[in-house]
Amino acid sequence: MVEHRGFSRFVPHIVLCIGVAIIAFPVYLCFVGSTHPQDVTSNGQMPLTPGPIFFETYYKTLFVGSSGSTREPVATMLVNSFIMACVIALGKISISIISAFSVVYFKFPFRMAAFWLIFITLMLPVEVRIYPTYKIAADLNLLDSYAGLTVPLIASATATLFFRQFFMTIPDELVEASKLDGAGPMRFFWDTVLPLSRTNIAALFVILFIYGWNQYLWPILITTRDDMQTIVIGIKKMIVTADALTEWNVVLATAMLAMLPPVTVVVLMQRWFVRGLVETEK
Amino acid sequence: MKRSTLLTSLTIAAATALASPASAQIEIQWWHALTGANNAVVVRLSEEFNQSQKEYKVVPSYKGGYADTMNAGIAAFRAGNAPHILQVFEVGTATMMAAKGAIKPVHLLMKDAGEKFDPNAYLPTITGYYSTLKGEMLSFPFNSSSAVMWYNKDAFKKAGLDPNAPPKTWPEVFAAAKKLKAAGYDTCGFSNAWATWVNVEQFSAWHNLPIGTKGNGMDGFDTVLTFNNPALLRHLENLVDLQKDKTYDYSGRTNAGEGRFTSGECPIFLTSSAFFGNVAANAKFEWGNAPMPYYPDIAGAPQNSIIGGASLWVMGGKKADEYKGVAKFFTFLSQTDKQIELHQKSGYLPITKAAYEQTKASGFYKERPHLETPLLELTNKAPTENSRGLRFGNMVQLRDMWSEEIESALAGKKSAKQALEDAVNRGNALLRQFEKTVSR
Amino acid sequence: MQKRAIFGSTSLPYLLLLPQLAVVAVFFYWPASQALWQSFLLEDAFGLSSTFVWFENYSELFADSGYYRTMMTTAVFAVMVAGLSLSLALLLAVQADKAIHGAGIYRTLLIWPYAVAPAVAGVLWIFMFQPSLGVVAQGIRSLGIAWNPLLNGNDALILVVLASTWKQISYNFLFFLAGLQSIPRAVIEAAAIDGASGTRRFWTIILPLLSPTVFFLVVVNIVYVFFDTFGIIDAMTQGGPSKATETLVYKVFFDGRLGGNLGSSAAQSVILMILVVGLTAIQFRFIERRVAY
Repeated sequence: MVEHRGFSRFVPHIVLCIGVAIIAFPVYLCFVGSTHPQDVTSNGQMPLTPGPIFFETYYKTLFVGSSGSTREPVATMLVNSFIMACVIALGKISISIISAFSVVYFKFPFRMAAFWLIFITLMLPVEVRIYPTYKIAADLNLLDSYAGLTVPLIASATATLFFRQFFMTIPDELVEASKLDGAGPMRFFWDTVLPLSRTNIAALFVILFIYGWNQYLWPILITTRDDMQTIVIGIKKMIVTADALTEWNVVLATAMLAMLPPVTVVVLMQRWFVRGLVETEK
Repeated sequence: MKRSTLLTSLTIAAATALASPASAQIEIQWWHALTGANNAVVVRLSEEFNQSQKEYKVVPSYKGGYADTMNAGIAAFRAGNAPHILQVFEVGTATMMAAKGAIKPVHLLMKDAGEKFDPNAYLPTITGYYSTLKGEMLSFPFNSSSAVMWYNKDAFKKAGLDPNAPPKTWPEVFAAAKKLKAAGYDTCGFSNAWATWVNVEQFSAWHNLPIGTKGNGMDGFDTVLTFNNPALLRHLENLVDLQKDKTYDYSGRTNAGEGRFTSGECPIFLTSSAFFGNVAANAKFEWGNAPMPYYPDIAGAPQNSIIGGASLWVMGGKKADEYKGVAKFFTFLSQTDKQIELHQKSGYLPITKAAYEQTKASGFYKERPHLETPLLELTNKAPTENSRGLRFGNMVQLRDMWSEEIESALAGKKSAKQALEDAVNRGNALLRQFEKTVSR
Repeated sequence: MQKRAIFGSTSLPYLLLLPQLAVVAVFFYWPASQALWQSFLLEDAFGLSSTFVWFENYSELFADSGYYRTMMTTAVFAVMVAGLSLSLALLLAVQADKAIHGAGIYRTLLIWPYAVAPAVAGVLWIFMFQPSLGVVAQGIRSLGIAWNPLLNGNDALILVVLASTWKQISYNFLFFLAGLQSIPRAVIEAAAIDGASGTRRFWTIILPLLSPTVFFLVVVNIVYVFFDTFGIIDAMTQGGPSKATETLVYKVFFDGRLGGNLGSSAAQSVILMILVVGLTAIQFRFIERRVAY
């Protein structure tokens, strides 16, 4: 054991506690702000301790909505975000696992070409091709629909790569055994590959759920109806005010609610999260 | 494989289920950018219209800030999915009117729909901003405001200033701000929101100075910016000078800094008259407003102010019966009692003469003189070529450019003179590019 | 690298690839080719008229000093975020690695900002630092520092860097911690027995062993600053004041916004794509090397 004597034993804990405090401070302030009336906040006189209107604010935010802007209860936005995040995560996993399976377990003309076609998409983030992509989504009648929110984001080079890497580590003997039993490729996929991939799927799900939940620019353009909004863009819309005041308590309560699900997922599924992050590492 | 098809079909099913609300009415989509009390007015007016008849249903939808809303509208038009009514801020006017096939001019809309429409019923300083030179209304003014000077009466008392005699000229404002600064307002004597709207656009109209040739662009897209004049230079130099010790303190390009007035930090604040609702709700002190200050040595000042705010554009390519609904909605909005409601509840200006006269006659302004200040400014003198309004292409980007230059000058990175020259030169390059792209 | 045991089938592999390739073709390649085409056009906002102008959009871009300034801003931004978040994360990871008791708890308490949406992070930080309402901003101003991110470009950049760093520390921390924990204790203890001091051990043994992780994280952090900070910038500064916080990706969006300059926006997209191809090539080579080992 490396020496641990006297005061120096506590140094790591002190440093880490300071780190944790700094990291948590913005969220603490956000929570405090969500419990004070907006005239206190927008006049810059907010105290550092929680205020009196916790229940009112959160009730209003969840079930009534910001009266001054989107007028959509945040509960609806939460549902939309949840659906979007789940569909994106599951969609990405489904189409990536079968394409990785195809690339790894079959030999066919243009195999590498197909792989590269998928891989290159890593290089075209949606921000860079936003206007043409929007046009195509509109041509396909995808505006204001869950399909429009999710399908264009569903291709995943990262996930494909991740599964390819994993399939490479599955011993060849398993395939051979399966073949001896007279099983076809799809049988092998359902009976062997999928069960073996369970933890990988869980790991990837956590990462992709967060990716989906946090989408910003795409949902702003693709949704025109208030009831199709996701929570992240709900906040953006609440914070912009033309001639009126920002309802800071509602904005900050929405921010708290927007953070809650993905942070919970990360904390509760930490094991898979860490694994997913370390192993996808694009 | 199975899973993914199942998933896709689920998604599509969910999408279609949510996509079509059952109704035989003709829906009229209205994208707007109003928040707070103004948002409530939008919703109420739509509901009242929907209840007043059965054929049409106006569906208002808040799309974010002005720029976001216009951006969404343009993107939607390109994708063939434009709303019927798009609220566009005043600076988007040139871009909208240049897009001949993309919009349906309001005067044509009313004619085609057979709605009674008398352009003379509207206040000319407001509709002029959105009309052709021949007086044909292109878009329907919805929320209009002008720039006024808000001030903190309690602060005035504290600094030994007369709270009922706010400064009238810029030199008086500077003097008052110095006294306020000495009295404890040391981070901000005076300030303003909407950096270029107040300091360039309103300033020029109020002093009867041109911003650009061709009547500030109203007479043609081949306009050239000329606001690098001695008067504006002097004003900017004054601001730069006062920024050093925070007698003046910059508050950003938009109205995000308006909280500095209501919190009591900045006792003098120039911004939109529509700031009213916010002040009334948040200011914990006695306040008032006054016309914008001017430089008394400039001949003709004060002239008249121009408007800000937004108008409703009717997008092109819709069906005739949908247009009919839009026309009916505009007629509905023009009714005197609706205009009075809009004016008195939101603080925006009435657009019809009748609404203004009736509000005046009712004695409303005796109790709320601050709501009349912008109207007095707008009607101070008959508008000249310099004070009818302005119409420059890419105005949003122009404002950003001008703000950048003003910010550079205030931050001491450039001289005021250089900043003003650069603002004009860069702006002209952008105007030439706009001229090239507009459809002829 | 190819499996020895593979299936023979003519149509199945294509069928399996079909969903992914279809999405990729429709939502990646088609729009990308549209962007390429648009970069040769001069168009009005509503797409009603367009002129083919060859490389005019590109030449104007490269003649514009603003474009180089945005490149510089992006570079400075990337260096600051990478430097700050990597060093802070390393500091925390080293301490967490030492604190054998509670390392797991600290990890939990440090990694969650990864899950916060960039735009939400932007709102949190603007709420603290907005000059008229932010609690922290008022603290700074009461110290006599003229903090004004609305006017001062450096202040604004600092603010955006802080928010971006805050979000990125958790990612870097996780990788550093994993890297540190994979260093055999025996190596460190041997050095300790040799009498090397704590700091010396860190610089001569631990850091070199971590260098692959550092290199990998530098690349990831650059990519992060390029693309994932969009929401932070849009929520906080919209690229201002005076373009002081405008990154290359934000400029693509901003110049195309309101149809102001779609051609230039498209040209910038194309340039960015080429740039990202380069970055990804570096990344991919690196990953391949890791995989080989």
